[in-house]
Amino acid sequence: MIGLEHYLTVAATLFVIGIFGLFLNRKNVIVLLMSIELILLAVNINLVAFSSFLGDMVGQVFTLFVLTVAAAEAAIGLAILVCFFRTRGTIAVEDVNVMKG
Amino acid sequence: MELTLLFAPLVGALLCGFGWKIMGETAACWIATGGLFLSALLSWIVFLTFDGVTETVPILRFIESGTLSTDWSIRMDRLTAIMLIVITTVSSLVHLYSFGYMAHDENFGEGVSYKPRFFAYLSFFTFAMLMLVTADNLIQMFFGWEGVGVASYLLIGFYYKKPSANAAAIKAFVVNRVGDFGFLLGLFAIYIVFDSVAFGAIFADVPAQTDATLTFLWRDWPALEVIAVLLFVGAMGKSAQLFLHTWLPDAMEGPTPVSALIHAATMVTAGVFLVCRMSPIMEYAPNAMLFVTILGATTAFVAATIGLVQTDIKRVIAYSTMSQLGYMFVAAGVGMYSAAMFHLFTHAFFKAMLFLGAGSVIHAMHHEQNMMNYGGLRKKIPYTFWAMMIGTLAITGVGIPVWIITLGEIPIGFAGFQSKDAIVESAFAAGSMYGFWMLVIAALFTSFYSWRLMFLTFYGEARGDKHTHEHAHESPTVMLVPLGVLALGAALSGMVWYGSFFGHTDEVADFYGIPYAEAAAEGSETVDGAEEAHSATGDGAYAEHNYVFAGQPGEGAIYIAPDNTLLDDAHKVPYWVKTSPFAAMLLGFVFAYWFYIKNPSLPGRLAVNQKHLYQFLLNKWYFDEIYNFVFVKPASVVGRFLWKRGDGSVIDGGLNGLAMGIIPFFTRLAGKAQSGYIFTYAFAMVIGIAVLVTWMTLTGGAN
Repeated sequence: MIGLEHYLTVAATLFVIGIFGLFLNRKNVIVLLMSIELILLAVNINLVAFSSFLGDMVGQVFTLFVLTVAAAEAAIGLAILVCFFRTRGTIAVEDVNVMKG
Repeated sequence: MELTLLFAPLVGALLCGFGWKIMGETAACWIATGGLFLSALLSWIVFLTFDGVTETVPILRFIESGTLSTDWSIRMDRLTAIMLIVITTVSSLVHLYSFGYMAHDENFGEGVSYKPRFFAYLSFFTFAMLMLVTADNLIQMFFGWEGVGVASYLLIGFYYKKPSANAAAIKAFVVNRVGDFGFLLGLFAIYIVFDSVAFGAIFADVPAQTDATLTFLWRDWPALEVIAVLLFVGAMGKSAQLFLHTWLPDAMEGPTPVSALIHAATMVTAGVFLVCRMSPIMEYAPNAMLFVTILGATTAFVAATIGLVQTDIKRVIAYSTMSQLGYMFVAAGVGMYSAAMFHLFTHAFFKAMLFLGAGSVIHAMHHEQNMMNYGGLRKKIPYTFWAMMIGTLAITGVGIPVWIITLGEIPIGFAGFQSKDAIVESAFAAGSMYGFWMLVIAALFTSFYSWRLMFLTFYGEARGDKHTHEHAHESPTVMLVPLGVLALGAALSGMVWYGSFFGHTDEVADFYGIPYAEAAAEGSETVDGAEEAHSATGDGAYAEHNYVFAGQPGEGAIYIAPDNTLLDDAHKVPYWVKTSPFAAMLLGFVFAYWFYIKNPSLPGRLAVNQKHLYQFLLNKWYFDEIYNFVFVKPASVVGRFLWKRGDGSVIDGGLNGLAMGIIPFFTRLAGKAQSGYIFTYAFAMVIGIAVLVTWMTLTGGAN
């Protein structure tokens, strides 16, 4: 029987993978975007899992909103990426350090 | 009426000071002057119609705090009335005189408007002094006291481009601050002892507090003695008594009309007024009064000796003021407050007259103040000469000795004659031999330096710059009119009011509104004994006037204890005592005549012969040098230390060290943490969330 805890475990795993993707990745900005998607997915799984566990549809409605926002965010992120590549000629994360103190 | 005369100068000052740009310079000055003349007119009406009964005119509630309840109100009694006419008369004449004297002033450039400022200050000065003398309680009086200090600062430093004038202004302010501190302590002490600051309440309570003690400094003292001494310290500052007198000669840096105002009406008379006003307390503090007497006598003597050798015409008159103030304090000190007020009253006329006369001379001589460069001005400026002559006759006390001829019971002579003799006789009658002899010697010196001033200025050969002498001219009418009015006062005021100030006990008691009784009706053993003793020594002429003062403290303007029969005693002193000031005056005149007319080379030779004495006097007993060494230098060293080390090194250094050393260090540290990489920040955020979650899990969150 697959219970709530299995879903939560999957979600936690996905979340941690996303986090590690964020700060272990040194090369590619696209990987950053994908990691963010993973984190959002983890959250979605959590929402759906709790929704069905508690019998409350609000969680699933919320998931749809999150998916929409994630799609929009991915589109904007890719657009920024294109602009960034045009100006800097690279999308390596290691080169993005103009904020260095 | 009292309100109008009190506030007219203030309104004049405000309109003149702030409104002159709208109404024009001349109009503004005339408004200030007009306010003063109105005030003077009303003052004379008040004085002449005053019946001796103390009145209170409330204006507004002032301070309410706990048991401290202070009204802002006018206390109208004889002392106030006397001061009112002195202040407003002299001040209004000084205003008028200033139109001439301040017409052109090379201390200010072309087109600079200084006159409205001057007149506004003068009016404000007068208002502050009126505030002081009309005060109903000590706090209100202190308000006027400080106002006078501020106004004197502004006026002494009127030529603000001259460093010496600024220094003199600051000196006057600081030295007065020392005295004011004494006054404040006295005020506090009065509040502790009497639980009130209103004059009426204090005076009525004085007899009940004769045994009160007060802890001051290291031990318990009789409270009334402490209060009297502390208040007198305040009076010393304002009235330039010895040790706090150094500001007075320096105050000559101000324009001459200001000197006249300070010396005759406002400011220096405040101290004498304070002592007379507090007579109910003073009368119960014999030791404090002894101190007042001795200090006053010493001041009179010291100032007179310094006056002997000064060459600046204004400084000579300044020292003569200081000396005359010493006379007043001797009178107050021995318990003859009435004589002190008498001398204050007459002195105001002839001192204002001398100063305005000196101003006229200075005006004629193009602001030359050194008497050594005068000489032979009698023909050039005849009106000023005669005015100064009357002033000199008055200050030296010229009159006819009482044993030759009197006008009824009034001695004939110029104003200073009656009032000065009154003080000298009182000092003798009170048994203060030190006071008596010091005053007689001071009278001799007074006569000498006053005649010296006259001879050096108006007689002999013209000395100094020839060009200046050729262009010496009589002052305009607007300056001569005040001189004429004051000359009238200097000549007659003594004789007119002799009876009121220094006549028989009943006359004086009526004047001040003090109840009196016949000595016999008093019935007490001591009074009878005293009376018998007096009639044994007296000449019998006053026998029918054996009244004694019978007022309680607070009744009437001044309080004279019933066993204080000084007034009668003073009239019964031997003839040689009555004649001694006259003889001293004559001797001084002869010496001055011999030194400066007969044998003009003698003073120079004497100065060389007695070099040390001459230098000692010329340098004013080295008071300034001693103060410089004892107070000014150490204060300057401490100030420099605090400035360089305390402020420069510690505070500035600390701030700079913090701003330029420690803060940048942390900034660099924080800068290193900013890698610029997104993933570093993300990592920090995750760590932070993990820590927060852990902490909330462990502690149970908000619960």
